[in-house]
Amino acid sequence: MSTVFEKELKDLKETVLKLGSMVEKAINDAIKSLVERNSILATETIDRDPAVNAIDVEIDETCIRLIALRQPRAGDLRLITTAMKITTDLERIGDLAVDIAERVLELNEEPQLKPYIDIPKMAEIAQGMVRDALDAFVKRDSALAREVLMRDDAVDNLNWNVFNELLSYMINDPSNISRATRITYISKYLERIADHATNIAEMVVYLVEGKIIRHVTPEQSTLNHGRISP
Amino acid sequence: MVNDDLKAEAKNLNFYYGAIQALKNINLSIERRKVTALIGPSGCGKTTFLRCFNRMHDLYPHNRYEGEIVLFPEKINIVSPVIDPIEIRMQISMVFQKPNPFPKSIYENVAYGLRVRGINKKNILDDAVEKSLRSAALWDEVKNRLGSPSFDLSGGQQQRLCIARALATDPRILLFDEPTSALDPTATSKIEELIMQLKNEVTIIIVTHNMQQAARVSDYTAFMYLGEIIEFDKTDRIFTAPSNKLTEEYITGRFG
Repeated sequence: MSTVFEKELKDLKETVLKLGSMVEKAINDAIKSLVERNSILATETIDRDPAVNAIDVEIDETCIRLIALRQPRAGDLRLITTAMKITTDLERIGDLAVDIAERVLELNEEPQLKPYIDIPKMAEIAQGMVRDALDAFVKRDSALAREVLMRDDAVDNLNWNVFNELLSYMINDPSNISRATRITYISKYLERIADHATNIAEMVVYLVEGKIIRHVTPEQSTLNHGRISP
Repeated sequence: MVNDDLKAEAKNLNFYYGAIQALKNINLSIERRKVTALIGPSGCGKTTFLRCFNRMHDLYPHNRYEGEIVLFPEKINIVSPVIDPIEIRMQISMVFQKPNPFPKSIYENVAYGLRVRGINKKNILDDAVEKSLRSAALWDEVKNRLGSPSFDLSGGQQQRLCIARALATDPRILLFDEPTSALDPTATSKIEELIMQLKNEVTIIIVTHNMQQAARVSDYTAFMYLGEIIEFDKTDRIFTAPSNKLTEEYITGRFG
């Protein structure tokens, strides 16, 4: 096993984590800019996105190079292919954070419609899912990854609550529509961020267990089919 | 594996070079008309195991088999002392690492196995020689010089001649012992293509130290270590997600 290859794999993991922390910061700042009505922070968040995209491209190119030159097998192969997929999800999360920031800029042109209660809750859960999914990736902890999957329902439920609440605001007074729809969008973006975090968690399960658990129920995903877990 | 798909099965096979136990309790199913690869670090027993199939160990004293290798559908035990090793070698042929054509013409190399069986009629031999050389993807290159010495051929061609020779007796199983280690990449590629075609007609077991070769040509892979089978599975599982930690370490090049 080449020491050069070992180092390349180590660097790859670190770059994925670097991307992860950039994206976590983006979510954090986007929601902060909403709650504090801080347009400067929102603009900064948007301006940092090209750096996120650049790392996405860098990781992709590294992975393709490693596949071509090192002919990775087994666990190394799964590490490289999951890194590629996780990066795609992280980059999309970054884009969603930008979308939130853009809605914030629009919302800041009008008075705040209502106190934000559910949105920050959703953001906290979604951020936690991203952080723990990446933690699971680094520690190769498939139990943690599976636990992250369980949190998605809470975010979906909050999104539903937000939608219904804002719907009634819109029905009651049409002048609320402009702000209410933008807040609904933000809720939807957070719900999508949580979905991307579950994708990352599913990829970690594949990395560790060699099993693809996308598109199956939690019960089906724990069936071993005679495989020995490492 | 259901019996219809089985060509051979090693059952509690042990092998001793004198006092040294080289194979320990081997249990392995060989599927009919598939390529099974044996991989593992030097000294793991893969060649020793391969050579049980055609009783090569009988050529030397103090070698001893215990257990069985059952050949289907007859269900005879290949390594049983009551079975004639020469009969076995008529039905289970081997191709070696270094091409070893006989010092004869191309034609006579392929015809030899049939002559030994008492087949001497020219038209029968002509047909058999052509068929084998075609199966070995060598016919077009040699059809106009069948009388030429085999040593006139390149390394890759000589190896394909050895494959044709092995095929001439219509073997039940074809054994390959590192068949391309001595060949350049182009010749290697031709032999690998050939192996993938031949499996439609004959069951193949291949020993290789080249993991990528096992990945390219085989349907099933057995990883051996210190005389034991550590893991056996479909090749794609072995190379994407092996179950055993030792297999994972070997496959990813962390030892061996």
